[in-house]
Amino acid sequence: MKLESKIPEGPLAEKWTNHKFNVKLVNPANKRKYDIIVVGTGLAGASAAASLAELGYNVKSFCFQDSPRRAHSIAAQGGINAAKNYQNDGDSVFRLFYDTIKGGDYRSREGNVYRLAEVSVNIIDQCVAQGVPFAREYGGLLANRSFGGAQVSRTFYARGQTGQQLLLGAYSALSRQVANGKVKLYPRHEMLDLVTIDGKAKGIVTRNLITGEIESHSAHAVVLASGGYGNVFYLSTNAMGSNATAAWRAHKKGAFMANPCYTQIHPTCIPVSGDHQSKLTLMSESLRNDGRVWVPKTKELAEKVRKGEIKPRDIDEADRDYYLERKYPAFGNLVPRDVASRNAKYVCDEGRGVNDTGKAVFLDFRDAIKRDGRDTIEGKYGNLFDMYKQITGDNPYETPMKIYPAVHYTMGGLWVDYNLMTNVPGLYATGESNFSDHGANRLGASALMQGLADGYFVIPYTIGNYLAGEKYEKTPVDHEAFKAAEKTVKDNIDKLLSIKGSKSVDHFHKELGKIMWEYCGMSRTAEGLTRAKGMVKELRDEFWKNVKVLGSNEEFNSSLEKASRVADFLELGELMIDDALHREESCGGHFREEHQTEEGEAKRNDEDFAYVAAWEFKDLDIAEELHKEELNFENVKLTQRSYK
Amino acid sequence: MKLTLKIWRQKNTNDKGAFKTYDIDGVSPDMSFLEMIDVLNEQLIEKDEDPVHFDHDCREGICGMCSMYINGEPHGPLKGVTTCQLHMRSFSDGETITIEPWRAKAFPVVKDLAVDRSAFDRVIQAGGYVSVNTGGTPDANEIPIPKSVADEAFDAATCIGCGACVAACKNASAMLFVSAKISQLSMLPQGQVEKSERAEKMVAQMDAEGFGACTNTGACSAECPKGIDLKNIARMNREYLGSKMGSSN
Ligand SMILES: Cc1cc2nc3c(=O)[nH]c(=O)nc-3n(C[C@H](O)[C@H](O)[C@H](O)COP(=O)(O)OP(=O)(O)OC[C@H]3O[C@@H](n4cnc5c(N)ncnc54)[C@H](O)[C@@H]3O)c2cc1C
Ligand code: SF4
Ligand code: FES
Repeated sequence: MKLESKIPEGPLAEKWTNHKFNVKLVNPANKRKYDIIVVGTGLAGASAAASLAELGYNVKSFCFQDSPRRAHSIAAQGGINAAKNYQNDGDSVFRLFYDTIKGGDYRSREGNVYRLAEVSVNIIDQCVAQGVPFAREYGGLLANRSFGGAQVSRTFYARGQTGQQLLLGAYSALSRQVANGKVKLYPRHEMLDLVTIDGKAKGIVTRNLITGEIESHSAHAVVLASGGYGNVFYLSTNAMGSNATAAWRAHKKGAFMANPCYTQIHPTCIPVSGDHQSKLTLMSESLRNDGRVWVPKTKELAEKVRKGEIKPRDIDEADRDYYLERKYPAFGNLVPRDVASRNAKYVCDEGRGVNDTGKAVFLDFRDAIKRDGRDTIEGKYGNLFDMYKQITGDNPYETPMKIYPAVHYTMGGLWVDYNLMTNVPGLYATGESNFSDHGANRLGASALMQGLADGYFVIPYTIGNYLAGEKYEKTPVDHEAFKAAEKTVKDNIDKLLSIKGSKSVDHFHKELGKIMWEYCGMSRTAEGLTRAKGMVKELRDEFWKNVKVLGSNEEFNSSLEKASRVADFLELGELMIDDALHREESCGGHFREEHQTEEGEAKRNDEDFAYVAAWEFKDLDIAEELHKEELNFENVKLTQRSYK
Repeated sequence: MKLTLKIWRQKNTNDKGAFKTYDIDGVSPDMSFLEMIDVLNEQLIEKDEDPVHFDHDCREGICGMCSMYINGEPHGPLKGVTTCQLHMRSFSDGETITIEPWRAKAFPVVKDLAVDRSAFDRVIQAGGYVSVNTGGTPDANEIPIPKSVADEAFDAATCIGCGACVAACKNASAMLFVSAKISQLSMLPQGQVEKSERAEKMVAQMDAEGFGACTNTGACSAECPKGIDLKNIARMNREYLGSKMGSSN
């Protein structure tokens, strides 16, 4: 099967305009004859569901939380990018496009990324019209900041709660359509299978998380906006419930999974404090603007810090190693996320980590406080310092923070074409659940932009192109394909409940996380990955023999919910490893130790790997088939990143 | 730390429910409150007992999903934090901790500590939005908004929809939640066009859901993890009265 990206012909800047003109339209009076399922109510899902309903389609919207307003997008802090150039500092659609392609280490499509930059400006207009209270200047106009090392100020924000405000905006638009009778909400429902008929997506099977009822839902098209799969690592900055199940079950029904090994590890998170740890908390990247990252120069001194024999503030300047400033004099503490993360790992691997577990580095504000005064620093980071103190008990005004990298975002996801349709006709994927726009590394403040671009401004145009060719009749849910999918779902649940083993679901999830983090995390080797593959497979076998899931299907059963998600993580983990193993290069968030420059930096191999790796599921324990979509660069020149 | 936990157990909405007492050992002060419950649950599973069900997702105080009534206070003893942000260092060794679900007619218990808060969604559906479709909106900088107004609207907009205000109120009133949304939108020029109609519809839905009346005790705001201010209620009353005087009845 040949993958067709369907990128429109013509000059980069005209592709989207031309495409919008060329796509087929559904007559306004006929839109009400089509039903669309949207799985997910995060930025990508809520914006799509609301916009499609406004156009006249009948929408069913699903989420596993008790309310659509609680989707994981709510937790995003920093901001959202848009090429408004309100600051007159030289930003433009082309510059945002260029920064995104380069930041993604040249592993994304020019056409998609340009469109993203192009519609970014409409997103801000839309959100303001909804009543999103973005930060403003004294003159009443919108404020911007520079984020994640960008050279222009293009990030819009709402204090440290941008995701919350944007999501509440999308949720209000969604709620309005519920009131209009155009959207039906299904909270506390989990999609457990995709239904296809003659190769086309025709509906889904869900479980009611309160009653356990297995239900079929038929539609003319299905949009997955189910978020990322970072929780394959157990510990991540994602919400506890974030999972891969919707995407993975679609994958098993034929949708290709693209670049699953591209994972983003965020350098500034609060370190793991013990075995009880359930999730990791992100500390905003902006802290690196003023904080200096360091560890003691020697192992011996680090040992003393760990034992509490010496306080960090008492360590002499000469005994401190500001390793980022030392290695990257030009960028210093502001090197990109992947570089900062990897270097923290290196110094800790050398035995120079600074907390009990040996896995933490200092982020020190002493010099910034001395330079700018405590008030200034408090003004900038007061709430972050408070949050840090609340969680760790340490006061960052008096002693350096301790930070360590954590899994944060997954660039990989379901393969989609320019229309955001997967290779399964009628099945779309948007937001973090698809692979489309961030290449091998995502820039800060660009996920919110992508989710809303997909939902507000792309899918409403592109889905009509498909639906225009579809008949109005809807497949009845007693069709054999629905019955068969329901049976698969029920059998799977029965199996999980019947094992009655001796180890809890969390036990397996934690084990999987440890393997993935160790071997498929910040730094990877062929040897480690090969070992990990065997370990994950073994763990999966053990899971299916020895997992303990109490209770029944016909009740609110949190262990059962988790078990079904962990079963999918165990399969996805193996594919991530295969993908990481096959990609014999380092790019963005994927660092293979075998492929580095003499100075230890990531070394891409554009000759052999400038493609999207799209994997096709065959059967369990049969290797997935790799399909390659070559990436063509006509508007940017491929360069090696350098931050020296 | 060693603790005794008195936890409300209720199989489903129709079950009567009762407190059950559990002893737990080896709690570290660094654990969050929910991590402490995770540890308890692992122990329960070990003994083939049904784990304690509770709602949670982000575990960083923003999704509004966690909702525990701890020692007589929604979200526990600390001000300005949600249950998931509470750490065990706020408790002492040997303490007995009582944990209940939110109690309110409009929030029926689903199981154990989890309740059904869909009434909040329906109140928002009644009018908690600006009626604009996607696309065709003016440039974001076309209408300047004074910073002070934007900041105040933001303060109201930070409500996480957790329902602690309802749980804290002896009448189970939802005034703080509803007024936060009404205030946010009526302060901004974008929301002013529909402000009277919005207040009228949202208040009507709030009453229909069975939330109680407000008697101005201020318990809601005192327990709100986001510090939503009581003045939002005053503002809402203004909008509401305005709408009543303007309408035909
Ligand atoms: C702590 C943190 C801070 C961040 N800060 C920023 C930032 O400042 N700027 C930025 O651009 N990005 C940021 N990100 C990234 C960004 O928040 C996410 O990538 C983005 O919000 C994902 O949105 P989404 O709509 O694709 O998915 P989500 O918001 O994850 O939504 C997924 C939805 O799918 C539903 N769902 C999933 N599976 C199923 C199923 N099987 N059945 C039914 N429903 C299902 C869920 O209920 C949910 O409604 C941050 C991420 C984290 C973790
Ligand atoms: S007003 Fe406060 S307590 Fe009430 S729902 Fe909002 S955040 Fe929770
Ligand atoms: S779990 Fe999200 S606020 Fe507590």
